[in-house]
Formats: sequence, structure tokens, C-alpha cells
Amino acid sequence: MCPLDIDLVLNGRPARLVAAAAVRLSAALRDHGLTGLKEGCLEGECGACTVLLDGAPVCACLMLAGQAAGRQVVTVEGLAAAPGGLSDLQRAFVEEGAVQCGYCTPGMLMAAEGLLASDPAPDEPAIRRAIAGNLCRCTGYAAIVKAVARTAAGRLAARP
Amino acid sequence: MDVMHNFELYQPGSVADAQAVLKDNPDAWIIAGGKDSLDWFKDRVKQPPALVDISGIAELHGITAQEDGGLWIGATTTLTEVAEDAAVREKFPMLAKAAGLVASPQIRNLATLGGNVAQDTRCVYYRDGFPCYRAGGNTCYANTPTAMNREHTMYEASRCVAVTPSDTAPALVALEAVMVIQRGSRQVEVPASEFFIGPEIDITRMTVLERGDILLGVKVPGKWAGSRQYFEKAADRNVWDFALVNVAMAARTEGGKITAASMVCGGVQCTPRRMSDVESLIVGEAPGAELEGLVKRVAARGARPLNFNHFKVPLMQNLAARAVRSLAV
Repeated sequence: MCPLDIDLVLNGRPARLVAAAAVRLSAALRDHGLTGLKEGCLEGECGACTVLLDGAPVCACLMLAGQAAGRQVVTVEGLAAAPGGLSDLQRAFVEEGAVQCGYCTPGMLMAAEGLLASDPAPDEPAIRRAIAGNLCRCTGYAAIVKAVARTAAGRLAARP
Repeated sequence: MDVMHNFELYQPGSVADAQAVLKDNPDAWIIAGGKDSLDWFKDRVKQPPALVDISGIAELHGITAQEDGGLWIGATTTLTEVAEDAAVREKFPMLAKAAGLVASPQIRNLATLGGNVAQDTRCVYYRDGFPCYRAGGNTCYANTPTAMNREHTMYEASRCVAVTPSDTAPALVALEAVMVIQRGSRQVEVPASEFFIGPEIDITRMTVLERGDILLGVKVPGKWAGSRQYFEKAADRNVWDFALVNVAMAARTEGGKITAASMVCGGVQCTPRRMSDVESLIVGEAPGAELEGLVKRVAARGARPLNFNHFKVPLMQNLAARAVRSLAV
């Protein structure tokens, strides 16, 4: 049972994860140095491990690393254009006070980014549905919803 | 924490290759979305030596129109795809709704229709690895005077009191869908109403699927396409949770009267339960307050609740009445 070589596109660049068959994608990504995503519940309840798989939000803890072979994966580290920077969505989270303890934040950001990619002008119910799979134990949902709406509005306004 | 046992991972590209792997590895376990499977493995309750990941097999994926006005839905089609597909929404809106109410957005993006119908029961004792009847032991831990059994069965208990956890299963039974299974060199077609089996038939499994079988997909016939349809799920949480009770109904009305009805309830017995008393009551009648009152009286007839799930009786009655109410508009 030697480790698998898992070739994928990670945050826009070709990458190789090396992991045993029984390793979840969440663990493989964290071992790869991408520690933004969190393993909260390991059963899909909290969404803290959310990444985009071919553009769709999924729980990285509920799939095998090997199942990501040949796919496009984006983690929270892939949101900003430059390392250490912030994307518009991340800046909106900061400015709306949508980050309290921060544990849910990477997953919230990825669920929100997945929504904005498929629906550039979501109304509030759509935003709430999109983050329904993410738990914020600080109960900061109102600020999170505002931050997502603000980002959507900003992106629409910036369109040529 | 929650580290899974070691296993070999096979990722075949065709059904034939998957069958070859299964033949060489008789104890292998099939996964696709892996939602139910990883839950077993992380708790170390099930430890198959090899996994066969069928999620990359193109021929098992997708939704196509059938000549009879129905749809073919491949087994590895995700629940998100079922929920959002234009043809499913137009012809079988209750199936789209059921798929869209499973778990959470993240889970629906990977979880498959085949996995949703083939998943194992959620009895907490069984899932926690208690050596119960279903696990090959000689007792039921959920049916004792102090057991936690608010999520368990009200009908057809046979040693085991676990229930079907699926939201799409009642919808598929109500729509008279047919499951298509690759068994050796044959394709076997099994009506959804016979696909799910109770403990009196085999206490160790929930479906007719046997070792080596591959569920190819589901044929939803045109019979109920475009009919009046209703699906509702009652759970402790609106997201992520399994249904306590759900109800799926397809019906036709003409001149203010119900002319045909197919109604199935989940979460109350080991298999989706056809509500035949309600069906025969409402056909020929006009929907309205009076009929709803009668529906409530017959919907949970014969229920034998356990110590902590009596609440499912009015839940089942009210969900059935609300389904019938939807026909009044």
C-alpha cells in the first residue's frame, strides 16, 4: 500500500499530493502546507474544511485525497491574487466584522466564493442557502451574510 | 483523530473494469461520493481491505430523457445535479426537491443518487458498532425500555427497529422508479418498491444489492411525469440532518377531484412505506378540510411506536394531510 501520487490543479497551478489511499483530501492539503482549511467535525456538519472542487464547494474531509486526481481544487489560500494579500471577499469579511474566532472563516469564504461564481447577484435567501452547510459557533451569521452581499454588489459595480 | 484504516484504492474507468476489480477483491467496498462510507471507516466500524471508487466512470453519470417521457438517472449523478436539472424539475419536481433537501450543499455536490438510495441505516447503536442483530449479533440495543429510539421505526419491526434514512427513496418509490443493477454479465431491473428490503427478508442489508453488484442507475418512468407532486421532510435541523419523517406524493386531479395518487413515507419503517390507506381514501374525492381530517385519521393506521418516537404518529398524519392540501390549490 504505497502512497499515491495525486496530480491535480491546486489554486490554479499544477501540483502533486503524495498521500496514502486512506488519507482524506483535508489532511493531504494540510500536510501540503495549506493549513487554512480546518477539520472541525469530520462528518460534514460544520463545513470548516470546505474547498472548491471544479468550482463547487465540497467538504474536503469527506472525500479521499485520491478522488481529487485530475480535478481543480481551490483552497482559501487561493483566493487572494498575491500571497499575504486579501481578496475582495476576504476584505469584506474583515470590514463587516464577519470574523470572530475565525475557525469557520476559511469554510465560509469558500462556500461564499462558490456561490458568487455561479450566481453573481444572490439575494439574501440565496446567500443563506449557500452557507447552510457551514456552522459559525460565534453565531456571526448576520455579518457574514452582509459581507457576501457587499462583495457581490462590489463585483457587479466593477463590471465594465 | 478519526484516522481511517489502511486500504487499497481502485479507480476503474468502466463498469467492466470495476467488475474485474470486484472479482479479484471479493471483500472490496464500492464508493462514489463516499459520504456514508467514510462515516463508517472513520469510526473503524467497517474496515474493508479495498475500495472501488466508481465516481469516475462516465457511463454511470448523467441524466437522459427516455422514450416513454421518463428519465434515466445514472447512479453517480450527484444530488445537486438531480436537484438542479431542468428535466427533473419539470417532470419530477418532488425528486428534485427531495435531492435538494439532503444534508448540506457541500455534501450534495459530491453525494450521489445511487449512494443516497444504497446508504445504510442511521440507528445510533448500529452505527456506533454495537454488536446488534443487524451487525450479526443477537440483540437489539435500540428496543429496550431505556434505549434512545426517537428516530426509530413504527412499522414492520423484526428484531431490528432501524429505519430508512433516505430522502430520495420515498420519492423514487412513489414515482414507480426502476433500479438497474449490473449483476455479473446480466442487467437486472428491480422496481424501487422491491429494491428496499426489511429485516424480515435480510437483517444485514437495506437493499437487494449483493456483493459484486453495481447499481447502474434509476429509470424514472413517464407515468407520473408532469403530475401534481409534493415532498416534505421533517428533521431536527433544516440542514445536514436525516429525516425524522418525510413524505412523497404524486397525484393527478381532474374537475376538482383526485383521480390517481401514489404516496410514500420515509423514516417510519426499514423501507419506504407506501401509504396505501391514504391513497385509496383520497382517490375520487375532492381535496379540502374534510378530506384532510380523514387523511389524518388513516395516515398512521397500524403504527406501533417505541418508547420515544410517539411524536412520529402526528408528524406522519400532518405531513400526509399537508400533501393532500397541496392538491387543493
